[in-house]
Amino acid sequence: MKSRTIKVDYIARVEGDGALYVRIKDGTVADVKFRIWEPPRLFEAFLRGRNYSEAPDITARICGICPIAYQMSSSHAMEAAFGVKVDPQVRALRRLIYLGEWIESHPLHVFLLHAPDFLGYEDAIQMAADHPDIAVRGLQLKKLGNELMAFLGGREIHPINVCVGGFYKVPTKKELLPFVEKLKWARDASLETVRWTATLPFPDFEQDYEFVALRHPDEYAITEGRLVSNKGLDIAISEFEEHSVEEHVPYANALHSRLKERGAYFVGPLARYNLNFDKLPPVAQQVARDVGLGPVCLNPFKSIIVRMVETVFACDEAIRLIERYEMPEKPRADIRPRAGTGHGCTEAPRGILYHRYRLDDQGVIQEAKIVPPTSQNQKSIESDLWQFVPKYIDLPNDKLQWQCEQAIRNYDPCISCATHFLTLHIDRE
Amino acid sequence: MMPAIRKPKLAVWKFASCDGCQLSLLDCEDELLAVAGAVEISYFPEATRAVAKGPYELSLVEGSITTPHDVELVQQVRRNSKFLVTIGACATAGGIQALRNFKDVQEFVSVVYASPQYINTLGTSTPIADHVQVDFELRGCPISKQQLLETVSAFLFGRKPNVPPYSVCIECKRRGNVCVMVAHGTPCMGPVTQTGCGAICPAYHRGCYNCFGPKETPNTDSLSKWWAQLGVEEQDIVRGFRTFNAWAEPFRKESVAHEK
Repeated sequence: MKSRTIKVDYIARVEGDGALYVRIKDGTVADVKFRIWEPPRLFEAFLRGRNYSEAPDITARICGICPIAYQMSSSHAMEAAFGVKVDPQVRALRRLIYLGEWIESHPLHVFLLHAPDFLGYEDAIQMAADHPDIAVRGLQLKKLGNELMAFLGGREIHPINVCVGGFYKVPTKKELLPFVEKLKWARDASLETVRWTATLPFPDFEQDYEFVALRHPDEYAITEGRLVSNKGLDIAISEFEEHSVEEHVPYANALHSRLKERGAYFVGPLARYNLNFDKLPPVAQQVARDVGLGPVCLNPFKSIIVRMVETVFACDEAIRLIERYEMPEKPRADIRPRAGTGHGCTEAPRGILYHRYRLDDQGVIQEAKIVPPTSQNQKSIESDLWQFVPKYIDLPNDKLQWQCEQAIRNYDPCISCATHFLTLHIDRE
Repeated sequence: MMPAIRKPKLAVWKFASCDGCQLSLLDCEDELLAVAGAVEISYFPEATRAVAKGPYELSLVEGSITTPHDVELVQQVRRNSKFLVTIGACATAGGIQALRNFKDVQEFVSVVYASPQYINTLGTSTPIADHVQVDFELRGCPISKQQLLETVSAFLFGRKPNVPPYSVCIECKRRGNVCVMVAHGTPCMGPVTQTGCGAICPAYHRGCYNCFGPKETPNTDSLSKWWAQLGVEEQDIVRGFRTFNAWAEPFRKESVAHEK
């Protein structure tokens, strides 16, 4: 009997605190645990009793990497509860600031967190020493995403300008137009990066996933749509909890989501790409085809290419939105609170982020429920490792460990998000 | 050839937090490679899988203390660090998660119970300085990139960081913002809140909501009276002081004073 264990106490280059445990017995995988040990912060508990208008600013603090996602899902949920419709140009600005978050977050993951794995570097700083042009291009792309968020939102991390109903202040067209030239550069830089990422070495690893994403009839969905999958799911966002359940596993401070009907599912860039390829603009579809990606991609390692295809889309779409922009008469819709429940679901860079709030007639939150992308992906991450480890089982431990870390980083897991909720056990000091 | 000079070791630690403050370092896109050239990034799991042993010249600490494990860990961080600087409202004031500190714990548990035997959490969220000696506290939710770069270089060169302790109001005047409270009657936390953000909220026509915590000698009582005159109800005054720096003493006292 020969047994060996791979243990990574602190997975690097992910956002937050996660650990990996793999046990191999007699040459087969005996156990896999992707463990989130980030301390619970109990947002859903202390949101009760707060005013509806505070939810965007408070929930943004769940995650410094994707605050816009939290601000948008919570704002949409409140507006759904109160029956509020926003001006089409306010909607366009929301999509624009969200694209800014994608243009910041995707290059952050591609250049700083994920690419070093493919090239055998421990981090992007080491990678930058050998590939300075690529590193600088990545940082410049990320910077433009941040600039767009900071311009529309006041700052890039925890923007201050987003509110239920719209914005505190909206820009003039003249103020927005200078971004067009920069975005054209960014679109070209992203196209170049798609081609570069496609040359990276990819393990031969495809799985029969159930992808779940928003789908919208007229656009590559970000802020609204129906929740669909490649295996028959097609529901309104308000039906989400009828189809998805969260389970509490003993080794993690985050809940694992699964679909009641079929189990593990996969959210994020790869899911969106597979479900909504037809909604990508021609420039993004073309470059994907040019590098041999096609409309279906089942290899999670290739999510690095897909993130850059989505960045091409994000730059292209941002240009389109700015060119068509006309300053709305009012920065935000009027809000009249009423008792009820509202749902919001938007596409964070890492996948669908679901919020539900129950409110009283004054607009005070009675109950909050938040399901972030990373807790939805946990089951797929573990099942990938069950399938992946046997292929590389003969590697020495340090190499195998790195391969496993890379397989986890395919999902760009954001562990701060996944752990914000949950229950409380008290140890009194 | 000159012998290589050993670069100072920088470590970045995380406790309960959103990762946003350490992301600020990666958001210094124009300066990141220069910073990486000036220091040895020895421990920064969000950015690298490489780990170099301590002691570290400078430890940046994000997040608040909420678990028994973290109570122990922060002691080790202190022992291994020449300078320890906290970054952000969580590490400096307990963060938004310190809202639990105001709750009756039993009530909390009875409402949010699922499988608590799996979870190990303290009843409070506390700042780093409650546990170990801290050399400097950088405020903000999130911190300012400029203040972060200023603080890192100050510690590496052995000088005091130039981080002003005055209020957002002064920043508003500098920026030429119209006062939202005087001109529009919008409740604003600016008079009691430390600057550092650049007075962005008033510039975007909203009141400050105190991301940077209390300024030096804040007159919170006076501000509450101004808010009341604008028609803000007691419960909203409590909420106003109870955000990301709720557990900072001046804000804590003021919110408690208005709680029924």
